[in-house]
Amino acid sequence: MPGPLLRVRDLVTSFQTDAGLLRAVDRVSFDVPAGSSVGIVGESGCGKSVTALSILRLVQSPPGSIESGSIELEGKDLLSLSPAEMRAIRGNDISMVFQEPMTSLNPVYTVGAQIVEAIRLHQKTSRGAAWKRAVEMLQLVGIPSADTNARAYPHQLSGGMRQRVMIAMAIACQPKLLLADEPTTALDVTIQAQILATLRDLRGRLGMSLLLITHDLGVVAEHTDHVIVMYAARVIESAPAASLFTRPRHPYTRGLLESIPRRHVPGDLGPKPRLSTIEGLVPDLRNLPPGCRFADRCPMRIDACTKVEPELVPVDDDAGPHESRCIRANEL
Amino acid sequence: MSDASSSKPPPSLPPPSLPPPSLPPPSQGSARDVGGTDSTRPAAPRTLLAVERLSKYFPVERGWFAREEKFVRAVDGVSFRVRRGETMGLVGESGCGKSTLGRLILRLIDPTYGRIMYEGRDLVPLGQSALRPLRRKLQIIFQDPYSSLNPRMTVKQIVGEAIRVHKLASNAADETRMIAELLDQVGLRRESIDRYPHEFSGGQRQRIGIARALAVQPEFIVCDEPISALDVSIQAQIVNLLQDLQERLGLTYLFISHDLKIVEHMSHRVCVMYLGRVVEQASSADLYDHSFHPYSRALLSAVPFVEPGRRKLRVLLEGDIPSPIDPPTGCTFHPRCPRRERGKCDVEVPPLERIDPASEHKVACFHPHLD
Repeated sequence: MPGPLLRVRDLVTSFQTDAGLLRAVDRVSFDVPAGSSVGIVGESGCGKSVTALSILRLVQSPPGSIESGSIELEGKDLLSLSPAEMRAIRGNDISMVFQEPMTSLNPVYTVGAQIVEAIRLHQKTSRGAAWKRAVEMLQLVGIPSADTNARAYPHQLSGGMRQRVMIAMAIACQPKLLLADEPTTALDVTIQAQILATLRDLRGRLGMSLLLITHDLGVVAEHTDHVIVMYAARVIESAPAASLFTRPRHPYTRGLLESIPRRHVPGDLGPKPRLSTIEGLVPDLRNLPPGCRFADRCPMRIDACTKVEPELVPVDDDAGPHESRCIRANEL
Repeated sequence: MSDASSSKPPPSLPPPSLPPPSLPPPSQGSARDVGGTDSTRPAAPRTLLAVERLSKYFPVERGWFAREEKFVRAVDGVSFRVRRGETMGLVGESGCGKSTLGRLILRLIDPTYGRIMYEGRDLVPLGQSALRPLRRKLQIIFQDPYSSLNPRMTVKQIVGEAIRVHKLASNAADETRMIAELLDQVGLRRESIDRYPHEFSGGQRQRIGIARALAVQPEFIVCDEPISALDVSIQAQIVNLLQDLQERLGLTYLFISHDLKIVEHMSHRVCVMYLGRVVEQASSADLYDHSFHPYSRALLSAVPFVEPGRRKLRVLLEGDIPSPIDPPTGCTFHPRCPRRERGKCDVEVPPLERIDPASEHKVACFHPHLD
């Protein structure tokens, strides 16, 4: 059996701050199998974006650095590559779509020219052929009259269109893996639905894998096969999407799911109940508790939780590999 | 400041998009007459706020010889009523005018047309000094708790400012006591009183913003995306706090959000806006059970929900929201609408009408029953 497309093991990425060293990503491990869609969810500061940047080795250094661990793409360790070799991977084998489509596009070039640049950086093609390819890509991501719109400058396009341009640029070299960091957060909900449908369609057509980073559990529920939940720089649960939402095996995941209003039950006119909440705040990464990082907010806390941090261990699940970092996972 | 009789457009303004009879005659103070677009049904006496044909056109792009002026029709002939103690939800996508509407109601910006009846009294003709006592009753909670609090002021100064402006405390000790009680109410520790905004997390800052709004004992609060900048686990805390405060203090909310799940949870009734107009208005339960406007349908179906196995049929809209500078003629939704009828929808503006005479469910569509 071939290994996964992407294999991340014990990744540690840290930042030097005024108040000392801060581990934004702490021994994170996961796989992205070929052709699959994996989601990373978590709240701000949990390390999900830094994980994505680490995979592309785009963590700014200083203050950041990848301390240890391994990131393998089809068995090749990305952390041992030279900067030049890494540049050949970025945008070619792995590309990335960011949250802010306006700040990631160059305002003084047409969008077509920017896609051409991305293509010609990685492939030896003529300018004309690359332009044709760029227009094809714009068509593929659903931009109407792609011929004309390729000559448009970013400010002439709407937010949804710009995000489509970003996706067109990202897939222009047919990457094996697309990292999408909150690709729809800045967009309206009807446009979000369009973009996510486009990504799903492209994945099927190009056989590409997707690593989708988001805070929106609804997006993850509908668009990924496997989900990784991060909390305070750690993976706290890793589960098939179907079982994460039916039977979460970590109190944090369960708390997150319960704090979202449930879908309306037709005909229910009764008073709205209060939402359940997770009390307290995320711990300070520079001053972590000795035990489980979620312990002081956890409704299921016992004494043992505050002494030693639990490991990420497998739990029973018929739907696929499922792990939880909770000593009471089997009671959930 | 214009009064009701001079609220005719100055010559350079475009005429209102909604056809005459533009404004109903000024009502004589009784809240019962307010917003009576349908004379057979007297308004519920509990109406606190009624907005009538409210419009705001922002000028853009003056022509070279100042002949042709263009306008963004940010809010275009919006009417609705909010009852005392209820939450009216306002949903729509960016640029639909929902935030402008909230600011118009508070008279933070001046409307181009229309009336804002608060307890039967029109706020539009009032000048700043006449408005001041009313400002105590109408407050706002902003979206971004990072930029809406002055970083150089302590919690005490931020919350106490309004108390001083409205002279609500008899002396300094009284003021401190009031601030401490407000902090209790919003779930902040009394010790936080001398701290600065940067010492708090996003959720705590939003609590400071709520305490500031509550400081003047308001009746009506515009909540403009109050939880959009917060993390999921914190959102639930703030939503619960707003609901608790509503019950305890009898507050009335205009709850503006693009998060349809939260709006459903919070609101008794909901208005759906598209390009400056209300396209559908109903009780929250009715709207989410069965919406009639094709835009509401697409909007509601676009929300990803976490219940697996309940993936639903998604109505994907074509294209983007058109520019409000040159909005499409007729029904502004017609270029994206699967039900559009040529010669009708692209010509006439559909009025917001009851789906049937007995219902409070209103929709602005010529073909509400087509699918």
